[in-house]
Amino acid sequence: MAGLTLYDKLWRNHLVEQREDGSALIYIDRHLIHEVTSPQAFEGLRLAGRKPWRLDANLAVPDHNVPTSREERAGGIAGIRDQVSRLQVQTLDDNCRDFDIVEIPINDVRQGIVHVVGPEQGATLPGMTIVCGDSHTSTHGALGALAHGIGTSEVEHVLATQCLIQQKMKNLLVRVDGALPAGVTAKDVALAIIGRIGTAGGTGYAIEFAGEVIRGLSMEGRMTLCNMSIEAGARMGMIAVDQTTLDYVKGRTYAPSGALWDAAQAAWADLHSDADAVFDKVVTLRGDDIVPQVTWGNSPEMVLPVDGHVPDPHGMDNSTQRSAAQRAIEYMGLTPGMAITDIHLDRVFIGSCTNSRIEDLRAAAAVVRGRQVASSIKQALVVPGSGQVKAQAEAEGLHEIFLAAGMEWREPGCSMCLAMNADKLGAGEHCASTSNRNFEGRQGIGGRTHLVSPAMAAAAAIAGHFVDVRTLQESTQ
Amino acid sequence: MKSFTVLEGLVAPMDRANVDTDMIIPKQFLKSIKRSGFGPNLFDEMRYLDEGQPGEDCSKRPLNPDFPLNQPRYHGATVLLARENFGCGSSREHAPWALEDYGFRCIIAPSFADIFYNNCFKNGILPVVLPAATVEQLFTALYAQEGYRLEIDLAAQEVRTPAGEVLGFEVDVARKQCLLKGLDDIGVTLESAARIHTFENQWREQSPWLFNVIGKGQG
Repeated sequence: MAGLTLYDKLWRNHLVEQREDGSALIYIDRHLIHEVTSPQAFEGLRLAGRKPWRLDANLAVPDHNVPTSREERAGGIAGIRDQVSRLQVQTLDDNCRDFDIVEIPINDVRQGIVHVVGPEQGATLPGMTIVCGDSHTSTHGALGALAHGIGTSEVEHVLATQCLIQQKMKNLLVRVDGALPAGVTAKDVALAIIGRIGTAGGTGYAIEFAGEVIRGLSMEGRMTLCNMSIEAGARMGMIAVDQTTLDYVKGRTYAPSGALWDAAQAAWADLHSDADAVFDKVVTLRGDDIVPQVTWGNSPEMVLPVDGHVPDPHGMDNSTQRSAAQRAIEYMGLTPGMAITDIHLDRVFIGSCTNSRIEDLRAAAAVVRGRQVASSIKQALVVPGSGQVKAQAEAEGLHEIFLAAGMEWREPGCSMCLAMNADKLGAGEHCASTSNRNFEGRQGIGGRTHLVSPAMAAAAAIAGHFVDVRTLQESTQ
Repeated sequence: MKSFTVLEGLVAPMDRANVDTDMIIPKQFLKSIKRSGFGPNLFDEMRYLDEGQPGEDCSKRPLNPDFPLNQPRYHGATVLLARENFGCGSSREHAPWALEDYGFRCIIAPSFADIFYNNCFKNGILPVVLPAATVEQLFTALYAQEGYRLEIDLAAQEVRTPAGEVLGFEVDVARKQCLLKGLDDIGVTLESAARIHTFENQWREQSPWLFNVIGKGQG
């Protein structure tokens, strides 16, 4: 019999019941909760007279609706100006109190984007099943966990039963061999993979990322990569546990210590695919071939190397692709054949669950240090992913570098990734964004999003248009 | 949940690939703490010419005349014909809530995003996957004939066209049964409560670091 993949093992370890109809009951170890997708689930419990199955499996934190300006934030929930946002954050508070669920409240130093907070607190660990009513829950797979987004009905289902009814996915191995050139980051790897397999390339699969390049990534980089799995169509992406994982987890608030750490570490040693495991599909990339990436259209698969040119839809054979490209070029205000480096920006956003961790901020600061944001840029936002990331960055003096360059240094939250709070793009504005989705209207109605790495966003802020960050980095050295 | 057995209904087109959940229901409407009332804001940015706000009376807003759902021939549609990778993007269940609230009970496309596909079944909506070439033919027929209707039979796993064609489709048994009977998933799962407890006790024994770490008086 062939060996097992990492996904097979995680599935097996959490299988409560295999049913004849092909579905399975899977046990959930950790359920993360935020304010947008939970109110209707709590209401459902109330209406049915049900209680959470296991309180200590849950952790809540508000993130999507919280304002990021210091001034608006100072008043806590009562200070949120948008009354609909305020009600949603208040409702999370109320529900957590009523149901006895631990919540990290709005102005707690540990508050932040749920996918930054989970690993940072050690609330998400290797070997766990982790769910949250948010598609970027795939982030936590970086720890060697089975983690994916769920809808609100499933949020209620997990609260009530500690389980989910699941169908097993197929296994997709994405191997990135070789080494990354200087200036190329996990975000570029993620975008290059999506460019290769498309936004539906991972549909129906659980992705495992492997290869020398992945082994060489920090935990922050691995989280960026797994975060973007959903942009490749896969609900979950994961990476085998190694020393990098263990070093990251050890000592965190909710992580085991002492004898329990030893026992956990022993159990986690099995969290990798067996050498003879069989994958349903394998995709390989050479790390050495990847250059900094920029998306030009309204789907993350509409991505090019920074030295590329906007494609000409007339050259496309597939009619669906052709009409999508035409529409994107029109929406984005581009012309076929124009150089990516000729795209001028109005705003820059460095943040989101994809790229708001300390390493991301360090990478951006390294580019910005001693330089000034171009006068044509209306706003350059830097939004740390959590209060702890913010504190760390300030201890390292990164905020001073950003402020000196003319950037804004904000309070933690989802911010301009999805325009559910005060941070938005205006119609027609181009934004170099480190977030994960470039859909029409995602960052504000009529807004034009270009997805890039933190270093590339920082470089664009300085130049006023896209530029290969490696040319800036060279001139610094 | 509403059950789904046989649906005979008017078909409307959503003729573009990769329709994402931000298009289906834009983010400003996710701030609601209810699960109903999203229908008027379905496809809001394509459907109206102005920027929609939560709680606004949509009947007074300027409509985009080019958007199919605003054309009289598609009024009252219950079947949506769509393209590849429909429902990609976020896990927001507000997307199927909005489709259902508008009146759609069935979506036909060559492929769906996984989370959206799953969310449909939780809300009485049947997503039907048909080959791209078949969907192309349905689009042609739909555009050619005003009042184009389809019959979707879940038990038989068939889509029946006015021309008498019978198009079979796949759906996994568990989801099919739940939808046919309109079952409450949670109720069904709780019938296995004893097995969940047994698993949980063994798992706690095996992985004690996963339990009782987060909670009142801990952490």
